[in-house]
Amino acid sequence: MTPVERIGLIRWWLIFLLLLLPLGLLLEGLLTDDLGADPAKYIVKELGFWALCWLWLTLAVTPSRKLFGWRWLARYRRMFGLYAFFYGLLHLLAFATFLLGWRWDILITELTKRPYIVVGSVALLLLLPLAVTSTQGMQRRLGKRWKKLHALIYPASLLVMLHFLWQIRADFLQQLIFAILLALLLGYRLYLKRLS
Amino acid sequence: MKRYKTGISQPILPSEITPESVYRDRRRFMQAALSVAAIPMVGFPSLAGAAEYDIPADLPRYKGPLWLQQKLADAVRNNDFSTSEALAPYYDAITHNNFYEFGTDKRDPVRNAQGFVTDPWKVEISGEVAKPGSYNLEDILAPHALEDRVYRLRCVEAWSMVIPWLGFPLADLIKRFEPTSKAKYVQFTTLMDKDQMPGQRGFFGTIKWPYVEGLRMDEAMNPLTLMAVGLYGNALPPQNGAPLRLVVPWKYGFKSIKSIVRIHFSDTIPATSWNDIAPDEYGFYANVNPQVDHPRWSQATERRLPSSLLTPNIIDTLPFNGYADQVAHLYRGMDLTKWF
Repeated sequence: MTPVERIGLIRWWLIFLLLLLPLGLLLEGLLTDDLGADPAKYIVKELGFWALCWLWLTLAVTPSRKLFGWRWLARYRRMFGLYAFFYGLLHLLAFATFLLGWRWDILITELTKRPYIVVGSVALLLLLPLAVTSTQGMQRRLGKRWKKLHALIYPASLLVMLHFLWQIRADFLQQLIFAILLALLLGYRLYLKRLS
Repeated sequence: MKRYKTGISQPILPSEITPESVYRDRRRFMQAALSVAAIPMVGFPSLAGAAEYDIPADLPRYKGPLWLQQKLADAVRNNDFSTSEALAPYYDAITHNNFYEFGTDKRDPVRNAQGFVTDPWKVEISGEVAKPGSYNLEDILAPHALEDRVYRLRCVEAWSMVIPWLGFPLADLIKRFEPTSKAKYVQFTTLMDKDQMPGQRGFFGTIKWPYVEGLRMDEAMNPLTLMAVGLYGNALPPQNGAPLRLVVPWKYGFKSIKSIVRIHFSDTIPATSWNDIAPDEYGFYANVNPQVDHPRWSQATERRLPSSLLTPNIIDTLPFNGYADQVAHLYRGMDLTKWF
């Protein structure tokens, strides 16, 4: 292993562990009983928040490469995307288990009466084929269609934003920040498209 | 073993510091205390009624100002108005709060409210009453004996807790100020104080401070409606709405306004904060009703806290939060899907 490869490997593991950290902190809080009086709600909220962060991070890879020349970031795009899906999946499982106790009668009424849950679920469904086809083998096999398929991240991110906006009660600072970031990330792509 | 990382570590609470007025009257206070102590402690039935609560030694007990302490100690359990359901753990009740003046996260109030000064405290009584004015809380409470009542608290967010409050019927308070025949509604206002309440300083909130809530006069006069000054046998913690809050157990929790500084009587329906923000989501009445969903979620069930992770404590929500026998008559003939 050359020194350059070694640094690359260390960096890969650092980033891998960094994105795992929020989950680690949740587990630590769970084991020490330090997630407040309503740990169920807290866990669901946190997992959703970090899924959102990693999805936005995935979307930031291409603009960062083009604007700042951060080519190295592209190597981690798959990891970011898979983490977004992983946290999103845990978010949904935590919701169904900790908040609904897998009570199908409630699950069904929730799905019909809470439109933001439908929107969030659809977003996760859109990300599923992307996670499945994220391997290099699948990328080779799908060829040009791979890129087309992975454009599903754009509608998925819009649905995630809507899902997040729907949670607003009294304070909308977080939603505002993420909406502006998404507008920049997607707007930049539209701008590039018009140039070409 | 539960670690209590709540930020409640302040060595001296402002409520424990002797106010100047009490300090000056200490001589008189001591004499009074001595004269009470001289009476043989036999045949005090009221003391037997004081409830004992399981409060972990490492959690703070909020004592409140000196003038309140004896009243709190003398509180008697009112079993006619109490549920026998399992109480929420004290820790949960004082660390899981919706009090947006101190932050929107459930654990923000316990972190941010420990320095909140709640004594001295004045309450303004205004509008359609014979005796308006600005009164010291001590004077407002003086004639009222405190009761210990265990109520269900149902949040509009579909979780609930069972809390033992110390307080007295709002009706008894209202009568003293002699509302006029034009007093059809009563509006309550929370303290407005950006220095003490970080939540009121934000630019990205939708609530127009100060927070206001209101009741129809007959709702306010219902014997269930409580003015609370304590919980779990102690004074109200600041994060729970010290020193004076409303408790209306058949309505969603946001109606039970905290840290009240103004009680106003009017003949027109008053503004209420959540109704102002989203009238399609939060009605003026906000009666707990499993038949009428919040536009974004169902109200048919609730999670009773504490709720375990793998077997969540999901129970059916009852009409009027289980208080239909006492209050359903107030809404006879009203379409509750329209007047939600």
